[in-house]
Amino acid sequence: MRKSRTLNLGTGSFVLLGFAALFFLTTQTTSHGLAVFGPAHYQVTAKFDNVGDLKVGAPVSMSGVEVGRVTKIDFDSNEYKAVVLLRLNERYSKIPTDSDASIYTQGLLGGKFIGLTAGGADTYLKDGGQIDFTQSAFVLENLIGQVLANFTKSKADEQAPARADPKATEKTK
Amino acid sequence: MIGELWESFTDALEGLGSVVHFLFRLVGNTPRVLLRFNLISQQIFNSGALSLIIIMLSGLFVGMVLGLQGFQLLQRFGSEEALGTAATIGLVKELGPVVTALLFAGRAGTALASELGLMRATDQLSAMEMMAVDPIQRVVVPRFLGGVIAMPLLAGIFSVIGIYGAQLVGVQIMGVDSGSFWSQMRSAVSLSDVTEGVVKSFVFGVACSLIAVYQGYYATPTAEGVGRATTSTVVTSAVVILFLDYLITAAFL
Repeated sequence: MRKSRTLNLGTGSFVLLGFAALFFLTTQTTSHGLAVFGPAHYQVTAKFDNVGDLKVGAPVSMSGVEVGRVTKIDFDSNEYKAVVLLRLNERYSKIPTDSDASIYTQGLLGGKFIGLTAGGADTYLKDGGQIDFTQSAFVLENLIGQVLANFTKSKADEQAPARADPKATEKTK
Repeated sequence: MIGELWESFTDALEGLGSVVHFLFRLVGNTPRVLLRFNLISQQIFNSGALSLIIIMLSGLFVGMVLGLQGFQLLQRFGSEEALGTAATIGLVKELGPVVTALLFAGRAGTALASELGLMRATDQLSAMEMMAVDPIQRVVVPRFLGGVIAMPLLAGIFSVIGIYGAQLVGVQIMGVDSGSFWSQMRSAVSLSDVTEGVVKSFVFGVACSLIAVYQGYYATPTAEGVGRATTSTVVTSAVVILFLDYLITAAFL
């Protein structure tokens, strides 16, 4: 009897420890948290021209405070735009309907997140609402392309008057 | 020559068939054994709680090595903060389940195989049959279920200790920022990574325990036979674990 008691105690503490470890893995190492009993929330959509490498689960923040998460990213083949579903915490229910959503990068190599900037409207976003003003992800390749294009253009501008100059001087002569 | 090859091929096929048949017998007997939970509880203690020390120590050192290696590698790209993510994903998805299963095969699988083999060699299993006690129900299934239940729990413990090992080296010694270590981990590790690890360790638990009890139960009833059963438990388990690991990883991609 005594032996079986210590044995059961050992088994019990082992199983408890094991489940505590699994619980730790699901709640502490992932962004999932205790989403099973998670806070009340509402969902809004936003359409972007380009979401870059925004991932499902990326945070949605306002003034740097996390107010929700990205739950789904889809493609609208009618408008050729990315449709992002945002799940916002019910506590932050006073977000004006004319707020704008932009995709930012955390750090230089960090992941993408969505930043909301409050607008001035008196009506607030509701479940199933849509954010109309969006700004696409900053894509490094496009920026480099633009810089290169500007650079070559300005160089061409510099050279053009120089080449035109001799002719001009000839004419004056 | 071709005849020999064909024979060894059919032998291997027959072995596989009898393992699968044995698995069905075990699963078929499971509901009745579940009612006698104290038998299973004892086996969870034997193969789980007694493997705890080796699992925790290995987890700590594997995590510390990950912390050190990961730090050296990530430092080249100036993104040491991703250390938490790298270590956690590596541990939860891959190293936790696989290393735990390999250790489990060495620590608990051999114990199961030699115990059952010795029971076979000393005619204890036949004696049970004579007393109208089904050895499969009384001896084999509780050991099998004990291993299946213990493995995911052990893998979870391994991963958690490993993450703290990586944190110990990365944050305490190498000076990665503690806040970004945890927050980058949380934003990059998804629930499906954890699920994948749990599924893997469950499958490995079934495979390891099945191989161990099969080898023990069908061991040649001699001293040499028990020894051979123990050896082939470790060898077969290791190969099967790594093979299944590839399959499950591919299935989850």
